[in-house]
Parts: sequence; structure tokens; C-alpha cells
Amino acid sequence: MKLTAKILKKPIASTLIAVFFGFIVAAVILLVAGYHPGQAFSALFHGIFARPKYISNVIIKATPIILTGLSVAFAFQTGLFNIGAEGQYIAGAVSAVLVGVKLNLPPLLQIPAVVLAGVLGGTLFGWVVGYLKAKFGIHEVITSIMLNWIGLYLSNFVVASSAYHMPNSTSSYPVNESSFTMLLPNWKTSDAGMAALKQHKWLYDVMLKTDVNFGFLIAVLMAAFIWYLLYRSTKGYELRAVGFNRDAAEFAGINVNRNIVDAMVIAGALSGLAGALAITGTAPHSISTLAAFENNGFNGLSVALIAGSSPVGCIFAGLLFGGLLYGGQSVQQDVGAPTEIINIMIGTIVFFVALTKVIPVLAEKLEKRGAAHVQ
Amino acid sequence: MFNEILLLVGITLMYSTPLVFGALGGVISERSGVVNIGIEGMMTMGAFTGAAVSYFTGSPWLGFFAAGIAGGLIALLHAVASVTFNADQTISGIALNLIGPGFALFFCRLLFKKATMTPPVANLPKIFGENAFAGTPAANLNVDVTVLLGLIATLLIWFFLYKTKWGLRIRSVGEHPAASDTLGINVARTRYACVLASGVLSGFGGASMTLAIISQFNPTAISGQGFIALAAVIFGKWTPYGAYGACLLFGLAQALTVVLGGSNSGLTIPSQILAMLPYILTIAVLILFVGRSVAPKADGLPYEKGQR
Repeated sequence: MKLTAKILKKPIASTLIAVFFGFIVAAVILLVAGYHPGQAFSALFHGIFARPKYISNVIIKATPIILTGLSVAFAFQTGLFNIGAEGQYIAGAVSAVLVGVKLNLPPLLQIPAVVLAGVLGGTLFGWVVGYLKAKFGIHEVITSIMLNWIGLYLSNFVVASSAYHMPNSTSSYPVNESSFTMLLPNWKTSDAGMAALKQHKWLYDVMLKTDVNFGFLIAVLMAAFIWYLLYRSTKGYELRAVGFNRDAAEFAGINVNRNIVDAMVIAGALSGLAGALAITGTAPHSISTLAAFENNGFNGLSVALIAGSSPVGCIFAGLLFGGLLYGGQSVQQDVGAPTEIINIMIGTIVFFVALTKVIPVLAEKLEKRGAAHVQ
Repeated sequence: MFNEILLLVGITLMYSTPLVFGALGGVISERSGVVNIGIEGMMTMGAFTGAAVSYFTGSPWLGFFAAGIAGGLIALLHAVASVTFNADQTISGIALNLIGPGFALFFCRLLFKKATMTPPVANLPKIFGENAFAGTPAANLNVDVTVLLGLIATLLIWFFLYKTKWGLRIRSVGEHPAASDTLGINVARTRYACVLASGVLSGFGGASMTLAIISQFNPTAISGQGFIALAAVIFGKWTPYGAYGACLLFGLAQALTVVLGGSNSGLTIPSQILAMLPYILTIAVLILFVGRSVAPKADGLPYEKGQR
């Protein structure tokens, strides 16, 4: 009994239970709609794990949402609801394109310049939200929602502008090749590289058929950095104190307004980084006209929630989410069930994450009852 | 000029109506202390159900009511999570935003031969009949009946919240549930009712998009209106008339982009910059006139009996 309670108190237990329920609900809906759930799930897992190339694509798909997830999770920890990760991501992608198309330096200088431009773009969007909240008391949710749309139209404006529009297409010019952050982009397509890669079947599959890039590594490093910042630094303590109880923090001599702005700046920077790395790391290395949001930021919300706002948890939640999104495509191809079943499944998981927050509380009760019996 | 002003009014009312229903839903739920981020998902469910029922029965009114029921059903999930299970209301709301569109598109593909959009459907009537004032400037004011319904709903909810004892109870539950509980008000039941009402209203909002404005359901029928409605709730300081005003302002800004974007306006602003106008204007109005907004005190907090 005590052991059960102990296990149930771990956050990971609640998350796994939520994921389990996500699959159950999806199975029921598939059954009702006349599909075979077993076949659908095996198509899903096949689409995630069957080939090295699939696994690589899952990681690539997960990279931006790990970073936007971190952005949202970080803001949550400081008491802010960053529903604007979507707009900050777009701002990051647009800024990276603005610089990367026009600038052409050696990679060692170009890559930092382009990525930094993206980070600054996201930072600017985050700063506006933080500044308006600190200075005028405007709720961060409103400004973030408005900035998401402003970002979308800004992106379309850049795509349509004569300086960036690629003729006969719906997208901008790609950034210069010196900005690419794939693993050995030149070597792998050279004759020597091809010959060497042919020796290893799975390396060949992964390297030449997917955009393996450094983004995932950076995302993992950022997760570690955010963890350190939040839980092992004075600044992080201040940020969390403001989020936990604004008045108490102010009474303790912490500059509340400054910390609100700082928190949004960091959150914006993370989402901007996600946008920039998507441009430098994956084809087509350009932005396209957007009719609706691409959800890289909104998916970050779900990632942060599934991760329980833990920075390290975002890595795993992002991978899970990336896997479901990428593998979900096979469900429609192989079984014919609408891919939207994946959205329902992810929604159900998030819903049960909300519900299973009660599990540790129940576990506590269970534990107490157990103790009473011992006496 | 006169014609243009009437056109502006007509478009403003048209664009603001789905937002009005969504925002009213947000107001009633948040006034009882339950944050509702899930308006977008509820609206999408309503938008699809309204269009589908109207298509299969040929009756847009039946579609409109079915949309309310669909919105209410999905809101039930939110109520169970946030009232019965004391779950985090933001998380549950975001889940609805994933589940709502997921269900809508899933069933759309099942019912309409794998397509993510419905065929054109029968529309709700205009307030003065289909072809009244045709050809005259006044035709711009012959708006959809949903515009009128939105206004009536706003007045009713205002009256209900501020002039009846049930409204007082709802507001007290949103401000101080423990005090309300000691006075014999059933906090859980009140919140359930308000969250369900919020789903029904949001469902109507979705249907007023697909049954009056675009005449079909497609994946972008509801794209962000729920979030704008959410912003309108905060913008309007959690009051029905405030939210209505915020939605009108937003509709006006969108109408301006349509009218200014027209060929004979003589302006040469790139369309993408013009499209930003509603969003920039909203922020500007907030900075200049509105200032700090304070939510109902217990908004977003689960209530457990016996807590202080």
C-alpha cells in the first residue's frame, strides 16, 4: 500500500496514467467510428519506430515544440500564461529569414548571427507583452493573442515584399546555405560522403533522407539551462517568487515589474530560438504565406502541460507529441481513419493531465490510511 | 460616403456576432469562478454541428439549437474537470481547444466522404427578410438574425447577472465561494450551470459563423475567434456590456480593413499591414483607455468545502 502511494505521488505516474487514458479514449472513438483500434495503433507505432528515418523525423518534429514548450513552462513557473509562443515563434522565423537571406558570412559567423536575429525577434515580442503588463497592467493573455496575429500578418508581409518574395512561389527566398545547422550538410551530399554513408544502412537512411540538425541538442541544452536558472540561481528564485505571490515578493524587496518583463523576455527568446532553428535546420529554410497558424507555439502549450511545467519534462513531452504528430500521418494512410484522431488523443491526454493532478492528493490520503492501520 | 458608413456598420455587426456569443459565454463562466480558455474549442464544435445539422435536416434553426447542445456537451467535460475534480481550469480549457476541433474534423471526415468541409448549407434568415431594400444603401443594415440574437442575449445576461437573485448568487460564487457556501448556495451546482451555459452560448457563436457568414463548415471557419472572445472578456472587464463593446470594437476594426482595403478608397496600404489593424487597435485602446483589469476574485480557483 505504501509503495503504491509512493509511486502514485511521483508526477511521472500521473502523466503516464493520462497518456494511457488518451489511448483508451482514442480506441473507443475508433471502435465507434468503425475502425480497428489495434490496427490504427500499430500503424501509429510503425510510423514512429519502423525505420531510422522515422525516428529521426520525430526528433526533428519535436525540436521546435520542445523549445516553445520550455518557453510556456518557464512562463508558467513565473506566474505568467504565455499563450503568445505562437507569435514569438513566427517572429523568430521571420527575423532569421530577414537576416539570413541578405547576410552571407562564413558559417562560423553566419549561424550565430541568424540564430541571434531569431532570438531577438522572439524577445521583442515577449518584451512587448511583459512591458505592457508591468507598465499598464494589461493582461498578458490579451496582448499575446493580439501579437500572435500581428506576427502572422507580419510574416505574410515579409513573404509578399519584393525584397524577399521568391518569384512564382508562395514563400520567401531560403536563407543562405552558410546559415544551415544540419549535420555536415555539404559532406553528406558529396561523392565521398555518399560512399562513406552507403556502408551503414541506417546512417544513410537518417543522414540523407532527413534534415538531421543540431536543433535537438540545443533544445536539450536549453532545458538544462532553464532548469538551472529557475531552481539554482538567485534570479530564478526572484522570478518564481513573483509568480507565486506578487505582494510577498514586493514586500521582500524584489522588483516585481522588472521580473515580469524579464520573464517574458526569456520566454520570448526561447520561442524565437525555436523559430530560428526551424529555419536554419530544416527544409525549405524559408517562410511561406500563412493562412492559419502552424501551431508550433500552441503545441508548446500542450507540451508544457503534459510536462507539468518541468523544463526537463518538456524534452520527453515534446518527443511524445512529435511522435504522435508524425506517426499519426500513417494512421490515415494505412488504416484510413482521419488523422484528427491524433488531435483528439492529444486533447484527451491533456484533459487527463488536468484530472490526474488529483492523484498525488489521493495518494496522500491512501498513505495516511495505510499508516493508521500500522498503528 | 453615407453608403460607406452603412457598409461599415453592417460589416462590423456581422463580424462581431460570433465573438459576442463566445465572449458572453466567457463572462458567465468566469463570473462563477471558472476560467474558460476553451471557448475556441466549443465554438468549433458548434460551428460544425450547426452546419452538419442544417445540411441534413435543411433547417438552419435546428442546426443553430443543435450547435448550442454540442457546445454544452463539450462544456460538460470542462465542468466535470474543473468543478467535480478541482482540476486546473487552464489545462482543461486548453484540452477542449484540442478536443473540440479534433472531434469536429473527425466527424466531418466521417460524414462528408473524408472531406474537411461541408457542402454549402441553408442559412439563417436576415432580420428584414431575404431581399429587403435590395439595391439601396439600407440593404447594408439588413443584417443576419444572429446579430439581433447576440444583442438580446447580451441584454438578458446583463439583466440576469445584475438584477436577479440568481445573478447575485453567481457573482458571489465567483468572488467568494466559501462565503456563498455558508449562506446555503450550492457552489458546485452554480458553477456547473454557468459552465454549461457558457458552452451553449459559445456553440451559438460557432453556428452564427457557419449558418450566417460563411454558409459552410471548413477547417478555418473558427480560427482564433474563441481567443479574441477570451480577450474581449478581459477587455470588457468581465461584464456583458463591456464584452459586447469590446467585440463591436474588434468587429469595427475588421470592417475598416475591409472597407479601406476596397479598391476605391484611394489608400495604398499593403493588405497584410491593414490586416494587423484590429489587433494593433485593440492593444492601443487598452493602453489609452482601459488600464488594469481585475478578474473575479475566485476566478480559476477550485473550491473545496471547508477551505478558508
